Parts: sequence; C-alpha cells; structure tokens
Amino acid sequence: MQWLDAIIQGVLLGGMYAQYALGMALMFGVMRIVNIAHGDVMILLSLTVITLAGVLPLGNIGLIVVIVPIAVLLGWVLQKFILNKVVGADPLPSLIATFGLSIALQNLMLEVWSADTRSLPNSGIASASFELGGIYMGVLPVLVLICAIVLTFGLDMVLRTSRFGRGLRAAAADTEAAAMTGVDPKRIYAIATAIAVGILGLAAVFAALRATVSPSDGSAQLIYAFEAVIIGGMGSLWGAFLGAMVLGVAQAIGLRIDPGLGILFGHLVFLAVLATRPEGIMARKK
Amino acid sequence: MTTPILSTHALTGGYGDFQALFGIDLHLDKGEVISLIGANGAGKSTFLKSIFGLLPVAPDMVRFEGTPVGGTPAHQMVRKGISMVPEGRRLFTGMTVEENMRVAIDNARMSEAEGPWSRDRLFQLFPILKEKRRQPIENLSGGQQQMVAISRALLCQPKVLLCDEISLGLAPKVIREIYAVLPEISAAGTSIVLVEQDVSLAREASHRLYCMLEGRITLAGASHDISREAIAAAYFGAA
Repeated sequence: MQWLDAIIQGVLLGGMYAQYALGMALMFGVMRIVNIAHGDVMILLSLTVITLAGVLPLGNIGLIVVIVPIAVLLGWVLQKFILNKVVGADPLPSLIATFGLSIALQNLMLEVWSADTRSLPNSGIASASFELGGIYMGVLPVLVLICAIVLTFGLDMVLRTSRFGRGLRAAAADTEAAAMTGVDPKRIYAIATAIAVGILGLAAVFAALRATVSPSDGSAQLIYAFEAVIIGGMGSLWGAFLGAMVLGVAQAIGLRIDPGLGILFGHLVFLAVLATRPEGIMARKK
Repeated sequence: MTTPILSTHALTGGYGDFQALFGIDLHLDKGEVISLIGANGAGKSTFLKSIFGLLPVAPDMVRFEGTPVGGTPAHQMVRKGISMVPEGRRLFTGMTVEENMRVAIDNARMSEAEGPWSRDRLFQLFPILKEKRRQPIENLSGGQQQMVAISRALLCQPKVLLCDEISLGLAPKVIREIYAVLPEISAAGTSIVLVEQDVSLAREASHRLYCMLEGRITLAGASHDISREAIAAAYFGAA
C-alpha cells in the first residue's frame, strides 16, 4: 500500500514535470534548440504571477488567463529577436545565447524580487484533497496531471495534423528544404516557441500554487525537463510525458526509502536509461 | 521581344569570400526547357541556389517576369512561382509521402484545385506513390524518393521549376521514367531549368542548352544544333 501510494504520488508529481517538459520537447526535441533559460523563464513567469496576484483581485483562473498570453508573447519575442539569430545546424550558438540569457534572467529576478522564496496565497485548492480506496490525493496535483494530459494530447494532434505542425516538422527535418517548399522557418519557429513558453505560463501558476519559488530555482526545473525529454525520446511529445512520469515515480519512490534520496533517485534512473536505451523509451525505430 | 519569365544579369555569387560565379547571363522563356550542363564544381548548383534566394545576390541580378527578385528568401520565391527539386532530394524525414506533399500544398501559390497540379494527378503520373502514400519517406527507394521530390516541387504550383541533378545516383530505367514526365510538366505551362551532368540526357530533354565551366557560361545555343565537339570543348575547356 505504501508503495502504491508512492507510485501514485510520483505520477502526480510527474504531471508537474510533464508541464515543464512539453515546451522543452517542442524546442529541444523537435527544433533542436537547447534552451538553457527554460527553467528561468518559468520562474520569471511564476514571480510575475505572484506579483500580479498581489495587485489585481484575480482568482487562480484569472491569473492563468492573464499570464498565458504574456507567456506566449514572451516566447514569440524570445524566438524572433534572440533565438532566430542563432538557430541552425550547429546547436552551440543557441546553447551559448540561452546560457547567457539564463544568467541575465536570474540576476534580473534577484534585482526585482530579491532572493526571498514566494508563493501564491493559498486559496484552499493547494491543500484540498480527497480519498480514493485508502489513498489520499491532492486536488491540485490531480488537476495538474489532467492539464498535462490534455496539453500533451492537444499539442500532439496539432503537430501531427495541422498545417503548422507539418511546417514545423518539415523545418526541423531540413530547414533549407522547408524554405524551398514555401515554409518560412523563422515564422514557424517563433510560433512554436510562443506555444512552448505559453505552456510554461500555465505551469508557472501551478508551480507557484504548489510550492514556493525563488529566482535561483530555474536550473532544477531545467534539469527535470531535459531528463524527461531524453528519457522519453527526442521528438516525441508522449515520450516526454512518459519521461516525466518515470522521473516523478523514481523521485517519489526514492523519497519513500529515505527523505534525502528522492531527487538523486530521479537522476539515477535518468542515467540508467541513458546507459541502456540512449535513444529514449519511445524513440521511433529506424 | 517578349520578357523572359526568368533571367539573370551579370550574376555573381558564391559562399562568403569564395566567389564561384563570374557574371552569368541566362534567360528562360515561358514554356521553355533549358538545360545547364557542366562538370563537378562548375557552379551549376551554386547558380540555382543564387537564383532561388538561398545565397545572397543583388536584386537586379535575377529577374522574374521582368521584376528584380534577386536575394528574395526562398519561401517568398515559392509564392512568386519558382520551386526547386534540390540535389539529393532533401525530403522531410520522419514524415510520410503524403505529408511531404502536403507541406507544399500548405504553402503553395494557389490551392490544389486552382493550380495545374494535384495529388491525384501526380498519383496518375507516379502510380507507385499512391500505393506508398502513407509510408514514411525513409522506406522508399531512391527513384521513388525522387518522384516525391518532384511532386513536392510541382505542388507548389510553380511557373518555373528548377531541377538540380534529378538523375544523380539513379538506375537508367528509373531515370527514363522520371524524364518521361518532363514533357507533361512542360505542357502544363511550367518552364523548366534542368541542371544535368549527363550531356546526352540534357540535350534530348531541352530546347536550349547552356554549358558552364569554372563559374562562367562557355556555350549557349539550341540543344539540337550544338555539335558534340563544341560541347566537349565548352565542358572541359578548350585545350
């Protein structure tokens, strides 16, 4: 029972990681842009949401409605004015540019918000729970998981069946050939990053409801997102979702063995996957 | 004299500091098929890329229907009515045959219904593609992939089709199959620029022929009037 509980809590935690990982799956897995500032952008959005909550009388839903468009715009600007200048066959320029952006963002956030930890005021949802067959589940984590599933499903559909999805996959496969076929790769990439950061906007609200955030927390979220994408397999959105689940469950089980082992367990499972199946669990067979 | 659909004027170009083209003057009339022959490294592919906005050139160096278009990005060239079958096919891996075609349809100058080319028409032209339409592109043979690459370029509904070495690496039988569709493409009103290494193939398939050597045009004329000796001299450089 104790282990079943650990697995369920792990899956719920995985829901949060899946929200971090989805944007990463799109940018790193499909577009091959290594965005080191991924976690910092999420923290920036979280802190923005917390400040907004202090000045505007918005409920949690209201905050989501406000922050997601801001996040979409931020993503579009990020791609249009920074990342589009460095994308190409070589992943190094984008890595260096976003590494610099990460440091700049962290310092900017320290300047604006100081190093204090903050969170959204508890509106009841963060501590609400229900019991199912002797296992207690938080309402918020279940909601997070449902959102993650809906987002993964929706984004996967968009990639597979829409005009934008085909253009993005074509540009990711061969940017020059896509341009020869009439696709404007930079425009497609700007939309993709807008979607990726938009999802982070939603994750930012949940993260600030669920726990505290401070300006230096971004790198941990970045690692979880990277690990989820790599465990799952590059280029597969459901792979990233599954990778997030694996990571969440590994951490929850580690935590049950010893409270200090949780995060380490997650990293160990990541290393084990890298050693035995480096192409990822859901990588397509060639 | 009517305005050529595509022309270049003292076109120079290359990669960074390396100059590969030295003043190319060429024109393509509406409905015409021209071929561009030359040895490896003569600058044929560089020339096509320069026309198509993949390499930087000055606006006046390339004119499309009389308007300067040099240096326009490739995706905008497609909207104007130029498309290209690139060397080495360059299909979108991880996508099916039909998805590869649909990327072109999504971004074409006009819809599948308005333009001369539709998937149905191409499936009639290349029946094997209909059979394999749901297969990932990686499962197709080289010749079948070339058919997809040609279909993809045609679904952009081009006025001018640039073909870069479409016979390269294919079996003679497959090459004949592919060249057999060129008259139909031409009949649909599309003008064609063929870049070829195979001289006899290029002569048979085109109205006029240009020969390039070390970034310059060394010979130009009606394909059937030019003697083999003249081509040999232009192709290898007069001794």
